[in-house]
Amino acid sequence: MDKNNTVKKKKYIHVGAVIVYILLSIWAIVVIFPFYWMLLTSVKSYAAYSTEYIPQFFTAAPTLDNYTEAFTAVPLAQYFLNTLIFTVLTTGIMMIVIIPAAFAFSRLEFRGKNLLFTLFLSLMMIPNELVIITNFQTITDMGLRNTFTGLILPSVTSVFYIYLLKENFEQIPDELYKAAKVDGTSDFKYLVKVMIPICKPTVITIMILKVIECWNSYVWPRLITDDKAYFLVSNGIEEIRENGFGRENIPAMMAAVVVISLPLIVIFIIFRKKIMEGVSSGGTKG
Amino acid sequence: MKNNGSKAWLYLLPALLFLGAFMVYPLIDVLIYSVEEGYNSASQSYYDVGLYNYSYVLHDPYFLQALRNTFLLVIITVPLSTGTALLISLGLSSIKKLRNLFQTIYFLPYVTNTLAVGLVFMILFKKTAYTDGLVNVLINLFGGESVDFIDGPYWAKMFVLCFYTIWVVLPFKILILTSALASVNETLYKAARIDGTSKFRIFYKITLPMISPMIFYLVITGFIGAFKAYSDAVALFGTDLNAAGMNTIVGYVYDMLYGDSGGYPSYASAAALILFVIVLTITVINLMISRKNVHY
Amino acid sequence: MKIVLENLTKRFPNRNKKGGADVVAVDNFNFEIPDGKLIGLLGPSGCGKSTCLNLISGLETPTEGRIYFDGEDITDLPAENRGVGLVFQSYALYPHLTVLRNITFPLENLKGEKKMNRHEMDEKALEAARLVQIDGLMERKPNELSGGQQQRVAIARALVKMPRVLLLDEPLSNLDARLRLQTREEIRRIQRETGITTIFVTHDQEEAMSISDMIVVMKDGVIQQIDKPQNVYNDPKNLFVAKFLGTPAINVFVGSVKAERLYIGDDEVMTVSGAPDGNVYIGVRPEGFVPDDNGGLKCKLSGIEIMGRDTSILSTHYAHEGDTIRAIVDSEEATRFTEANDASGNGTADKPGEVSFSLKPRKVYLFDRVTEERVYCKTI
Repeated sequence: MDKNNTVKKKKYIHVGAVIVYILLSIWAIVVIFPFYWMLLTSVKSYAAYSTEYIPQFFTAAPTLDNYTEAFTAVPLAQYFLNTLIFTVLTTGIMMIVIIPAAFAFSRLEFRGKNLLFTLFLSLMMIPNELVIITNFQTITDMGLRNTFTGLILPSVTSVFYIYLLKENFEQIPDELYKAAKVDGTSDFKYLVKVMIPICKPTVITIMILKVIECWNSYVWPRLITDDKAYFLVSNGIEEIRENGFGRENIPAMMAAVVVISLPLIVIFIIFRKKIMEGVSSGGTKG
Repeated sequence: MKNNGSKAWLYLLPALLFLGAFMVYPLIDVLIYSVEEGYNSASQSYYDVGLYNYSYVLHDPYFLQALRNTFLLVIITVPLSTGTALLISLGLSSIKKLRNLFQTIYFLPYVTNTLAVGLVFMILFKKTAYTDGLVNVLINLFGGESVDFIDGPYWAKMFVLCFYTIWVVLPFKILILTSALASVNETLYKAARIDGTSKFRIFYKITLPMISPMIFYLVITGFIGAFKAYSDAVALFGTDLNAAGMNTIVGYVYDMLYGDSGGYPSYASAAALILFVIVLTITVINLMISRKNVHY
Repeated sequence: MKIVLENLTKRFPNRNKKGGADVVAVDNFNFEIPDGKLIGLLGPSGCGKSTCLNLISGLETPTEGRIYFDGEDITDLPAENRGVGLVFQSYALYPHLTVLRNITFPLENLKGEKKMNRHEMDEKALEAARLVQIDGLMERKPNELSGGQQQRVAIARALVKMPRVLLLDEPLSNLDARLRLQTREEIRRIQRETGITTIFVTHDQEEAMSISDMIVVMKDGVIQQIDKPQNVYNDPKNLFVAKFLGTPAINVFVGSVKAERLYIGDDEVMTVSGAPDGNVYIGVRPEGFVPDDNGGLKCKLSGIEIMGRDTSILSTHYAHEGDTIRAIVDSEEATRFTEANDASGNGTADKPGEVSFSLKPRKVYLFDRVTEERVYCKTI
């Protein structure tokens, strides 16, 4: 009787696990499938694709022509380069802006610190949509439309990242600061030689998250650029969708999509752990 | 240590400058814009101050359409995505083999360009002269009628938008919930099992209360995020969302600001402030509910 | 180098209660630390000894008073320019740097004439590392070292720039008992070898007694006594010092002096010539008791503890402050006492359960009941 029961239970657990695996696999397929489809379509020849009334799951004759097409028919390389410049500059300048601010909040004493920090935190609640209107006007008035300056300026500070970094800086024991003082170190040197190296994981996480954000940014670049020479990849994709390749050359379009998606997927594969830790410790989407 | 005061301000200066120019000043400015009637971008002049902009926006059929779309999207996607994420996370935490692989796959949409993958979704769902699209082929296979999900009936378009939105927001929610589940103290489960508690009861009485703060966090951020939906819609239906009847509030704001229908920053400001008030109200309600229900 | 503290005071604003008085961490310190000596700053936690150290290192600025290094007023000199070496309780090693780079860190900050190249720095670091015997660990990271090794790295880092003064803030409290004993000898040796004036903060009186040339006993920000370790023990200025020094602790009784006769409760215990009449606290060191059937102090026996070479007789007395009187007696007396004890089964032969003591005059101190200042002690 007892024995029978345990056997039954074991079987029950087994069946349960199988169901769980099946359901998880279904969702995994839902997630992966669009990626597979875009890769697949991008290597189908245009002629083959157009004649498939019922889309085929495989292709016998993969071709790279679509990639050539994607780089020649539209200025994809230009979009790519623009996004690279935009991403590197924005991320770089942002680090230069937020690290000293986080340092001041975490390490230095000054009058009004608590009040100022509370104000900083309250800024976190302000949605981007609310301030983008005036920023659009400001940048337009300054004649900075269709320039990298105009693209970059409004996104080089982040209250959230200052907050994240400040919290991390505060984890460093006071004694280390005192030791460095006694050893004759200036505040700035302490920041550069001790704090940043110790907080390197967080600094890198913030940089990666910012890079993802930059690479995918769409709204602001769309508002601020109408000259294709300054389009970022998101705008490029939109442009391709509306006007590029003649609307029907889906394989070429997919080739462009693959090219655009690839860098972030590579970064993700390399920094998988860091990104997931960073996001779960307080990142939000866009 | 003497000069610390002024030195601190020096370290803060860049951040303060940028935040002042691109966050604080716009915040004040957007309020001013929203009450300036008949503002003209070219001459930067206006002829009266009042609430006309709000009244115009609230009577604009495009805004009402955007409002309806946004509310539908919020009501459908927030509960569905949170619930699905919870189920998937529970599934993930119950297995050992392949767990890392699944987690990695599920996180993939987080790092992809919304616009780019949206294009793939469009192709999968779109019905054209050449092909009905993969989804329709599947529907036909089960004996259904082909539907154009991109240019067809409203419910079909709303379905695709909701589906894509859920696809995009799930990675974040799954990640948060799996780490919340992992942080529940193992000994609680052991204690419950020794007491002979059933699996369902363990979930209901231990797991759920322990992760309830994170669930509410996800609901709150989910509401905020869904109300700000825009680029998902653009990815699926193109930039002219009004024509597709699939505009969102944020889309309405940008359309008022820029593009063929643009040049009305006052209307845009009024619409943005209306959105802000809606989001704020719902967040406050959420917080009030969570304070009553979150268990610690 | 000689260090002089003059009217040194540090007050912190009270943050707990609104309108509360300032907290005085260091109250009007005046003392001189002779060149090349090792000074132990001793007191219970929260008595202001770490604040005092921070004032000397420059990490905190005094509210009032001056600090002189070799006659030079350095009160307003910031910490980075004082040239002091500081070893923290938590060691404060830079976790991202190797042992070598931790030790060279202070050297990298030198400017002007003192600036060194990499090679010179590494030489110096190796020298300091040899002194503390960690020269085999130079490429490790701090988290790969044991507590004792980390401690040595911290000392090497403090020594490498040849500081004018070496400050040690509770350097042994994170080590286990055996290592603590070993490291304190080590510190003593290094201090002797280098001849650097050293200030050592501790709450452990045994530690302070064992290695200091001089002890400064503090309580609530006020200096209680400054003297050589043995003098502080033998000649405590007040009840606090008497209680704080010595393990096991001194036994305190309430009693009185009448016509140069000392009474503990109603027991007349000894003659105290020259002591004024009045109510007193009586402190008796554990080694000051002699079991003696004719002794004046009559206690209730509660047990005998034999711990290695020491034998303790535990007893109680109604005039005693605290739970148990602990008398440490030498082996001969102990044997005699225990034999008598065994014969009767309990206590001495004719008074079971009781024990009488006579007291060694030099181990008895009298303190005023109000001021707690010492009023009598038999001098040598």
